[in-house]
Amino acid sequence: MSTTANARLAGLRFDLATARPGQALLALFIASFLILFLFVPVLKVVHVAFQDRATGALTLVNFIDFFQTDIFIRSFWNSFYVSAMSVVLATLFALPLAYLTSRFEFRGAVIIQTLGVIPLIMPPFIGAVAMQLLFGRNGTVNLLLDQHFGFKIPFMEGLNGVIFVQSIHYFPFILINLSAALRNIDRAMEEAAQNLGASGFRLFRKVVFPLAMPGYIAGASLVFIKVFDDLATPLLLNVNQMLAPQAYLRITSAGLGDPMGYVISVVLVACSLLALWVSALAMKGKDYATVQRGGGGLSKRRMRPWETVLAYAVIGIILLLVLAPHIGLTLLSFATVWSFSPLPDGYTLAHYQTVMVESNQYIRNTLVYASMAGLIDVVLGTAIAYLVLRTKLVGRRWLDYGAMAALAVPGVVLGIGYLRTFYDIEVPFMEGQSLATFWLVLVIALAVRRLPYALRACTAALQQVSASLEEAAENLGAGKLRTVLRIVVPLMSGGIMAGFITSFATAAVELSATMMLVQSTEDAPLAYGLYVFMQSAAGRGPGAALGVIAVLLVAGCTFISHLIIERGKAGRAAAPDSH
Amino acid sequence: MNQATTIQNNASDTVIPGGQARVGSARGVGVKIEGVNLSYGDTHVLKDVNLDIRPGEFFAFLGPSGCGKTSLLRLIAGFNTCQTGRVLIGDTDVSRLPPWRREVGMVFQSYALWPHMTVFRNVAFGLEERKVPRHEIKKRVGEALELVGLSHLADRRPSQLSGGQQQRVALARTIVVRPKVLLLDEPLSNLDAKLRVQMRRELLNLQRELGLTTIFVTHDQEEANTMCDRIAVMYDGVVQQVGRPMDLYDEPVNLFVAGFLGTANVLEGEAVTDGFRLSNGVVVPLPQGQSPTPGAKLMFRPQNLQIRDPDAPAQPGCVRLQGNISYREFLGSSVRYTVRVGSQDVQVDAPHQGGEPQREIGSPVALDLAVDKVRFLSA
Repeated sequence: MSTTANARLAGLRFDLATARPGQALLALFIASFLILFLFVPVLKVVHVAFQDRATGALTLVNFIDFFQTDIFIRSFWNSFYVSAMSVVLATLFALPLAYLTSRFEFRGAVIIQTLGVIPLIMPPFIGAVAMQLLFGRNGTVNLLLDQHFGFKIPFMEGLNGVIFVQSIHYFPFILINLSAALRNIDRAMEEAAQNLGASGFRLFRKVVFPLAMPGYIAGASLVFIKVFDDLATPLLLNVNQMLAPQAYLRITSAGLGDPMGYVISVVLVACSLLALWVSALAMKGKDYATVQRGGGGLSKRRMRPWETVLAYAVIGIILLLVLAPHIGLTLLSFATVWSFSPLPDGYTLAHYQTVMVESNQYIRNTLVYASMAGLIDVVLGTAIAYLVLRTKLVGRRWLDYGAMAALAVPGVVLGIGYLRTFYDIEVPFMEGQSLATFWLVLVIALAVRRLPYALRACTAALQQVSASLEEAAENLGAGKLRTVLRIVVPLMSGGIMAGFITSFATAAVELSATMMLVQSTEDAPLAYGLYVFMQSAAGRGPGAALGVIAVLLVAGCTFISHLIIERGKAGRAAAPDSH
Repeated sequence: MNQATTIQNNASDTVIPGGQARVGSARGVGVKIEGVNLSYGDTHVLKDVNLDIRPGEFFAFLGPSGCGKTSLLRLIAGFNTCQTGRVLIGDTDVSRLPPWRREVGMVFQSYALWPHMTVFRNVAFGLEERKVPRHEIKKRVGEALELVGLSHLADRRPSQLSGGQQQRVALARTIVVRPKVLLLDEPLSNLDAKLRVQMRRELLNLQRELGLTTIFVTHDQEEANTMCDRIAVMYDGVVQQVGRPMDLYDEPVNLFVAGFLGTANVLEGEAVTDGFRLSNGVVVPLPQGQSPTPGAKLMFRPQNLQIRDPDAPAQPGCVRLQGNISYREFLGSSVRYTVRVGSQDVQVDAPHQGGEPQREIGSPVALDLAVDKVRFLSA
């Protein structure tokens, strides 16, 4: 008994002796980065929310104020209502599509897969204005309806507009997760139920639906959080009585000293955490990996002719809705005047010229910021993945958890935290430049927000690399660092590239933290410029042109990342086995 | 005889060419393992291991999976750190050196060839890390590839090679840096049966030619017996016995070694004044110099018995057991009978000649056991 204890003690001493100081230093550096740029700002926000404004003592008075102020309560319920209804509407879009692909031999499946990607390459706020022109009170659809049938539908009135735009944008999250869940159900499960006498709707309700539920919950909770936290879409649609816009307006109008913005931030974070917790609870113990050898997915059958017609009709309608923002935006970017008419009066290239000549700093800034943020993300992501998977450092898992915590922090909260924490610090050698609004800090904010995506990509890439490949290098005389540079990073390159592009593409169109931190249009990225343009009727044309450029930028990146991932897969598949 | 010669010729065609190449010119050094204990958490993997491997020796760690043999090999390579004890290569204590300073070459079970590099770049890696001049790298990689007969594949990627070729690349990559010791982790386990026999011969020729101290991990007693000078049989983290293959087979120190190397008959009984009494009452006289320790059992090999008709006269120097045949397996050169003796089974091999009738199941037989071949062993 005591000999094993002694042996363990000796082992501990030995591990300490051989621990690599370089790894510990790297871990410390990453931890400091996360603490400084994620945890301190967020905790600052929480702290201020619980602080008495005059005395600085801890108090609940701000929260009492919050719950006694009508507009906040209304905003809270509006945010909740919009998020919940967006989930419902998004489910209505996603369910038939998922059902079609998993149940039938159907050529339209390719279209459905494409449908799952198209909305994601355009942030919802970009399409919001175009949606006003198409579905607004005097938009194309309502003008035509009024002309021919004498009635209008309030698609875009108030909260409806936010729900409509958000659900069109976010339904792919549900579609992708639900399809994956259905695909992973073993056909034998269905057959076993049939063999025991279940069929039709009963089979669906008792077997298929419960098995697909975790996937649905995962997608739905993601949609809920995204909509709940989104600042830019309600603002662009001029809906202010929701939580994120209220936080933004409080800070920008009442100033950094007003506690209400912080209280709202705490409520936002709490709701995000709650939604994540509910989803984790729903998934707990239900991560059915049900596919056994061979047959995956439910049994499929051919469609009857009338079913095919119906299917294509459903897909057509959803496709039109999904493409509506893109179509509207493109039209708007080429339109001379577009008001009170189904289509623009005339077409011009002038808006693109305006954007390219007068406001090209937006594009330049975006390219610089997003690529720097992407670079920071893959460097940190690779380092964290390596420390977690390949070293025995104490507490290494906490680096992973710490980086992933950024998922639960809405952009507007991070922005407020940065302002509060760094506003009074001056950038060295730059007289009068506050650190909070310095462009490099915006880059860091973008990097922190997108780090979780890059980290997951890097972790997955490193898990693919067999540890014996590294041991072989060490055995042949390469030290840890040389092994990382010559073996690990080259073998991870596909995943690192995919992580970079995901970070780059999403950072390029970020607008919540950006709105809080950008002070001058000189330093502003594209998304901010678009928001500025959209504030005036005359700016809508150039704003749309900027939007089209943003979409093309993100679409291009997404396509490249898709190519890289596919090539990586093909490369692995091509490797023959050992005989 | 004729057939055997043909096989011999085929094999020598594929034996690694070379002899002129001086790839791993470093002469072997010895490896000493002293008082090594290794635990992963609460699992005690290696228990007080002591071994002395001689310079230039082909040495095997043999044992079932989970016996600690691979942990011991990785300890020598520096991928494990032991809680107590030390590892010496030559006269140098390497226990505290990281893997990249140890100058031991390891061939991994999965070969671990880097998929993003060509064969040439894989083999050149270790030389590049040692800052060897470019022209010399080129020359030495060329020699190493020639030694394993793969010069023509230098520009291929590992994924374009067969399993046997991948293994040769792994071997070339390891010996090109002239390691002091060569470690082989189940190098033949990923090859098909025919290739395995061929590679066995190639490996041995290469080892002899380079004079490189080589440690070979395997769970296959046939591999260890055919290739190695000496074997350490391991079980449950403990080295059970070290010795030449034939000595281990003939003089096992315990029942585990006896059973792991070949087939062993183990009979229970008790020591009496004039010998060892089996449960059926037969007393086996003690061979010279042997005395059973308390709890010991009687061990002998199937070929130590002769199967005879029940009424045939007993052979000199043998003790006779009576029983009935309960099972029969035809093995080609011999027939293995299982004979029920009292309450215990005994396996006995009878050489097979064409046209000779087999004995039937159920028929009574007499077994003559050569007394000087039996051993008394404990667990």
